[in-house]
Amino acid sequence: MKRFYPVYILFITIVLIQVLTLITGKGYMLTQLTMSAYYVLVAVGLCMVMGYAGQISLGQAGFFAIGGYTTAFLTTIDFTEKAGTGLFKLLDSMGLLITKDTLYGDTVIHLSPWISLIAAVLIAGITAYALGIPVLKLKGHYLAMATMGFGIIIYRIVLGSAIFGQADGIFNVPAFTIFPGLELSGDFTSRISNYYIAWILVIIAILLMVNLINSRVGRALRSLHGGEDASDAMGVDTTRYKVIIFVIGAIMAAVAGFFLTHYNGGIGPSEAGVGKSVRYLAIVAVGGMANIWGSLVMGLVLNFLSLRGVFGHFDDAVFGIILVMMMMFMPEGFIRISVLRDIRSLFIKLFSRKKMKETIQEPPHE
Amino acid sequence: MSAEQVLQYIFAGITVGSIYAFVAIGYNIIYNTTGIINFAQGEFVMLGGMISFTFSRFMPLFPAIIIAVLITAAIGGLIEIVFIRRMRKNSVLGMIVVTIGISILLREAALYIWDEQIRALSFFTGTEISSVSVFGARISPQVLWVLGVTLVIVGGLFFFFKFTLTGQAMRACSENSRAAKLCGIKTDSMVNFSFMLSAGIGALGGCVVSPLTQTHYAMGTDLAIKGFIVAILGGLGNPIAAVAAGLILGLLESFSISILPMAYKDVISIIILLIILVAKPSGLFGSKQVSSLKDF
Repeated sequence: MKRFYPVYILFITIVLIQVLTLITGKGYMLTQLTMSAYYVLVAVGLCMVMGYAGQISLGQAGFFAIGGYTTAFLTTIDFTEKAGTGLFKLLDSMGLLITKDTLYGDTVIHLSPWISLIAAVLIAGITAYALGIPVLKLKGHYLAMATMGFGIIIYRIVLGSAIFGQADGIFNVPAFTIFPGLELSGDFTSRISNYYIAWILVIIAILLMVNLINSRVGRALRSLHGGEDASDAMGVDTTRYKVIIFVIGAIMAAVAGFFLTHYNGGIGPSEAGVGKSVRYLAIVAVGGMANIWGSLVMGLVLNFLSLRGVFGHFDDAVFGIILVMMMMFMPEGFIRISVLRDIRSLFIKLFSRKKMKETIQEPPHE
Repeated sequence: MSAEQVLQYIFAGITVGSIYAFVAIGYNIIYNTTGIINFAQGEFVMLGGMISFTFSRFMPLFPAIIIAVLITAAIGGLIEIVFIRRMRKNSVLGMIVVTIGISILLREAALYIWDEQIRALSFFTGTEISSVSVFGARISPQVLWVLGVTLVIVGGLFFFFKFTLTGQAMRACSENSRAAKLCGIKTDSMVNFSFMLSAGIGALGGCVVSPLTQTHYAMGTDLAIKGFIVAILGGLGNPIAAVAAGLILGLLESFSISILPMAYKDVISIIILLIILVAKPSGLFGSKQVSSLKDF
């Protein structure tokens, strides 16, 4: 199917990058590429909300933090005292408890990350649903501020609560064994496998989103973006679709938060900050709003450069400049099909002008 | 709580509320002429404090403040000319993104110029330990300065919008920009002037509160959000109501500290924002009929 060609290209590119880092001996770059993949996931989710449904969200980092903190909290807390209760016996029989010995010889019992993954998705989804129903009635500035307000509440809660480690965050989050032999962790030895875990997750998300865009929901969303009143009049249940896409974006952010927390082995309050939300916004803006592929490419490039420390002290400033410049000069985004078309027409013009000089001939219609 | 303590909380709340009101007034002035929310408004407060601090080392305090207000107003005007003027026809989404970008740029520039240190202007009268007694509560004379300046600005704005030709022209722009243009009002310069005015007011606020709350390069974001809450609470487009709303929010925050941990102070004000946005987006003092014509 034609619409999946870019996915094949993406997969080949991912493999090529990995081979390239192997050949050039720069395997350490895979770490940043893996982290970028998770941030790309958030950006793709936001791209659906902003680009396709036309709803601004400045609370994406909040959902990311919900995912990350849920798993960090559930997989590091010790359940030894409750081990006798029926629920925990059931969990144990399903293999969803992890028993470990500490440094001091005590045994601690943690929940399996599988449970916290479900919990993270559920909490993020329910929060987004509960927030989305009232808030998505708002438009423009009001919606921006309301979602930003949500992000700040999450930030303040994780910063102010002792159970979330306050300013230190939660660390020593265990690795996530997806199945025996494949483990999600920031361990040196599993760098390559983690790189593929991250990007395959992105590919799955993209496949789902491409399908969604080309479905009834996707068409409804685009009509919503074009004109809310018009699509309302055509019988599109605009509120419902807005909430659906908002929940999807939130879940993608939470899943990204979940994976990155296990990959990094911890999470801190800075992940929930407004600055992060603005960063996702910048990536989607550069990517051309309604363009998943643009968000993917720019998310990868910008996050990778930022994580490698290329921007140095000007990290935030770079994102600020990007936001302003994009909106002023290229509100359609940087990555868009028309860029290719512009370049082609430029070549055609140059070429045809040369031709004109040589032979007296009508320039071909562009 | 003793009576003095309550009074102390009230004064603290009024001081904080005045700062929010400064930001909210700025939002409203720009919103009235352009229909956009300038998310960089909090940054003007920071710039006012920082610039006046720099100049106060070479000259007496009051000229330094005047210079800071003028410079910040010029920056506001420049922002309008360079960024906003080109963008005017664009979508609201685009405007939000651009003003957020501008606020990041101003903040990063401030970080570059003034580094991370916290600065404070010296107290206008007396020092940090001098205090005056008001109904038994001990408050810093600076609090009286803050209140005085707030009153002067509110009074001045009321007079300006009601009785001067420029003020009336600006109100005409907010009513109907095209009609105003047909009447010979230069709408472009009115928009520019509104940016300068709100930047100047923000900067003045930043100077007056600097001795009490200190000035830090990153203070703008928080102020921008609080100012927005206040602007919404009072009803967007109404600078005078913003002051009342500012005082309400300031008092709520100030008393919330006595019940809840300090860390949750912001959570309370944002929950107020969410409630007001959902329940009555026209604000406490806004009329329902007027707001039905607006887009929320």
